[in-house]
Amino acid sequence: MSPSLTLNRRSFLRATAIAGGGFMLASYFEPLELLAQGGRGNAAPLEPNAFVTIDANGIATIIAKNPEIGQGVKVMLPMLIAEELDIEWKDVRVQQGDLNPARYGPQSAGGSTATPTNWEPMRRIGSAARQMLITAAAQSWNVPAAEITTTPGRLVHAASNKSAGYGEFAAAAARLTPPDPATLTLKDPKTYRLIGKPMPGVDNHKIVTGQPLFGSDIKVPGMLHAVYQRSPVIGGKAISANLDAIKAMPGVKHAFIVPESNGGGSMSGVAIVADSWWYAETARKQLQVKWEDGATANDSSAAFSKRAAELSIEGAQTTPRKDGDPDSALASAAKVIEAAYEYPFLAHAPMEPPNATAVFKDGKLEIWAGTQQPGGVVSTMASALGITPANITLHMPRMGGSFGRRLYNDYVVETAVIAKTVGAPVQLRWSREDEMRQEVFRPAGYHFLKGGVDAKGSLVAWRNHFVSFSQATPPPATPNPQPGQNPQQPQGPRPSPSSTLSPTEFPARFVPNFATLNSMMPLGVTTGAHRAPGSCAIAFVMQSFVDELANAAGKDPVQFRLDLLANTPIALPQGQGGGFNAERMTGVLKLVAEKSAWGKRTLPKGTAMGVAFHFSHQGYFAEVAEVAVDPTKRIKVNKVWVAGDIGMQVVNPINAESQVQSAVIDGLSQMMLEITIDGGKVAQANYDTYPVMRMRQAPAEIEIHFLTSDNNPTGLGEPALPPIIPAVANALFAATGVRVRSLPLSKHGFSWR
Amino acid sequence: MPVTFTLNGKATTVDAPPEMPLLWVLRDMLNLTGAKYGCGAGECGACTVHLRGRAVRSCKTPLKNVAGAAVVTIEGLSPDGSHPLQKAWETLDVPECGYCQAGQIMAAAALLTAKPNPTDAEIDTAMNGNLCRCGTYIRIRQGIHQAVRSGSGTKTAEAK
Repeated sequence: MSPSLTLNRRSFLRATAIAGGGFMLASYFEPLELLAQGGRGNAAPLEPNAFVTIDANGIATIIAKNPEIGQGVKVMLPMLIAEELDIEWKDVRVQQGDLNPARYGPQSAGGSTATPTNWEPMRRIGSAARQMLITAAAQSWNVPAAEITTTPGRLVHAASNKSAGYGEFAAAAARLTPPDPATLTLKDPKTYRLIGKPMPGVDNHKIVTGQPLFGSDIKVPGMLHAVYQRSPVIGGKAISANLDAIKAMPGVKHAFIVPESNGGGSMSGVAIVADSWWYAETARKQLQVKWEDGATANDSSAAFSKRAAELSIEGAQTTPRKDGDPDSALASAAKVIEAAYEYPFLAHAPMEPPNATAVFKDGKLEIWAGTQQPGGVVSTMASALGITPANITLHMPRMGGSFGRRLYNDYVVETAVIAKTVGAPVQLRWSREDEMRQEVFRPAGYHFLKGGVDAKGSLVAWRNHFVSFSQATPPPATPNPQPGQNPQQPQGPRPSPSSTLSPTEFPARFVPNFATLNSMMPLGVTTGAHRAPGSCAIAFVMQSFVDELANAAGKDPVQFRLDLLANTPIALPQGQGGGFNAERMTGVLKLVAEKSAWGKRTLPKGTAMGVAFHFSHQGYFAEVAEVAVDPTKRIKVNKVWVAGDIGMQVVNPINAESQVQSAVIDGLSQMMLEITIDGGKVAQANYDTYPVMRMRQAPAEIEIHFLTSDNNPTGLGEPALPPIIPAVANALFAATGVRVRSLPLSKHGFSWR
Repeated sequence: MPVTFTLNGKATTVDAPPEMPLLWVLRDMLNLTGAKYGCGAGECGACTVHLRGRAVRSCKTPLKNVAGAAVVTIEGLSPDGSHPLQKAWETLDVPECGYCQAGQIMAAAALLTAKPNPTDAEIDTAMNGNLCRCGTYIRIRQGIHQAVRSGSGTKTAEAK
């Protein structure tokens, strides 16, 4: 299980009075080392976690602890607390928390994990606050606590006809010992007043009136503006530069070479710091740098593609999964399909390029950084600056999108180092070109597939030789090795991040003769998580090839998939729980087929529907796309139907709809995009050469249905993305007879209409 | 050389190079951060403001081009966020990350000034220069239609 904030015996609640007669409910997290020593003992008190503060007027301030990137977590987490606190949403003020894991527990954005990990503990915090108000009222009114109920924001004792607002008992509640959260009874979901109701974003007013909100809107007195030029050959080192000429340019205050940071985290480059970002950016155009190329100078998209094909013939380096006898089964199958699939590198291209704002003074760093991993960057910055983590304060402004890019904190470390070097507050803003060329790329991938169906049209054999990447550069040495600790990580081929294929990825376990083979090619550039990491690429391959086999079997694509899901799955290894649940996927596949009137609609020539499903991030999604293709290969996605199962409860339906629309449009966008690397340099630079989907290209309608199931709620930022790509590819085949086996679609002459 | 223009209804003088893009004059010199930097190349529309009543990309508009002209930014679109587009955006929950939305609203406001009741096709054409990486396009379209339905009040500051 992933690390989560669980309010069990490792944590406890404490109440604190606040000025003006209110109270603050805090939870405390026992550090693991204290637990290992047998409890708190005489350790200093931990800092309180002010998840909920109620003032004398009954206004509740609720902390949103996680970074907001557009996924709606700043509304969702406070909704969970407010529901069990039982308060009107209009009486809630949401406040973004700073980084403080000792107060708030884990704080990050990634993996669609916020809902599943916080669903229970956030509600218990709200419930504990409500229980304390009830206890305070019971003592004052001298009635049993069990007889007191609440209406939103009010305590009610019906028998004595007494009632009071929460604010009236906030001060008294502050003097109570909080209940053990595990003993609280949570609401019957049928009585929810907030959960399951549409709740618009808490920052909407600021957004639509242009008030400062995002990281790049931060202003600090005396702040300077920086650009940072890295090597065009990714990972190269700056040897020398015409710094004197740059310093003489209008508005420029500082120009200097920054080495790769101690212990990793940021790369070598040249910083230019000026009065305005425009002065710095203008000066950069005159910058001349002598670079020393690194391990990426040999990276080339075209060469990787060629080498992958060679490897597919040479034979696999490893066999991560083998069931039955795939080779014999392919030899005896009634029909065999062989296909090579390929997808490109991608950039995240969030609308707000990476940036941060830092003040370094008297050995302390204060930094405003939009980051999905605020916890991870503190020790890296401490190491880079030569200070202790305790001397770093990190604020988490809203981010203008991220899609995984800001899981990697290179720009944050750069900002900290530049601010320390110049001795003045600095805002570093990457240009769009920096963002696109210094990416943490979604890795390309190459799949060499063979599949066979028997005479009855059942899928009996599947063999996939996946050619992926390993990291060309050794891992950075541990900056300060402890005695006995090996300063270097173990050597040997290490898969590039997000360049792996799970041995249980569907249709693994559902095909009797099945093999996943793997070979890796060394890769210099950095790769990493991209919205629905792995899945955003894998689903295209798996669900397109399943479609090819359905066609070979002469079966309807939905029926072929239903038949496949009806097979008894090969058991997971002993001790490995969870995994893909065929019943849940069958449910959403049937639902999407019904809602889209699959197989029942007559469509004009050149227009067709395609279907696909994918399981990721604990979410089950099946999608149908209706796609029209004109004689000049211009594509219009007329409509998309989405059916998803993310458990028993959609917490915020208005945001759920947004996230699904976003995932679908993001996936469609990816179908026309690629990053190409040549000699370690990225060919694309801005939205003209990396044409993200525009309004008139987007589907006019995306119809969304949720199938509720008896499972705890799970996240929604990612799992709706993967199926749309194969659904459209499969629709293109149905409409044109052209089977798209590589992306982007532009390679095949297709464009958006 | 100082340049004088009207910014959100107020006479404003800025002493900056004539080539400096309006976006950076607004953000770094006048502390108006509503217009966003997204691409610096006129490709994304996050920096959209009104110049003489028309939507322009402030990242590609040199300061010298606004001399003597009226400029309206998202901060000046309405005194209190009460423009029908702003209200529609809030209630329909149009934003996801929200970074592009000031530019989207400014582009939509210029559209409604020119075409008070646009069709979907006219919306798509007018808004095509404004990227939304979160893919809020469907709700942006709904937001424009809702603003039209909510009737009067589509006047922007420069039309008063």
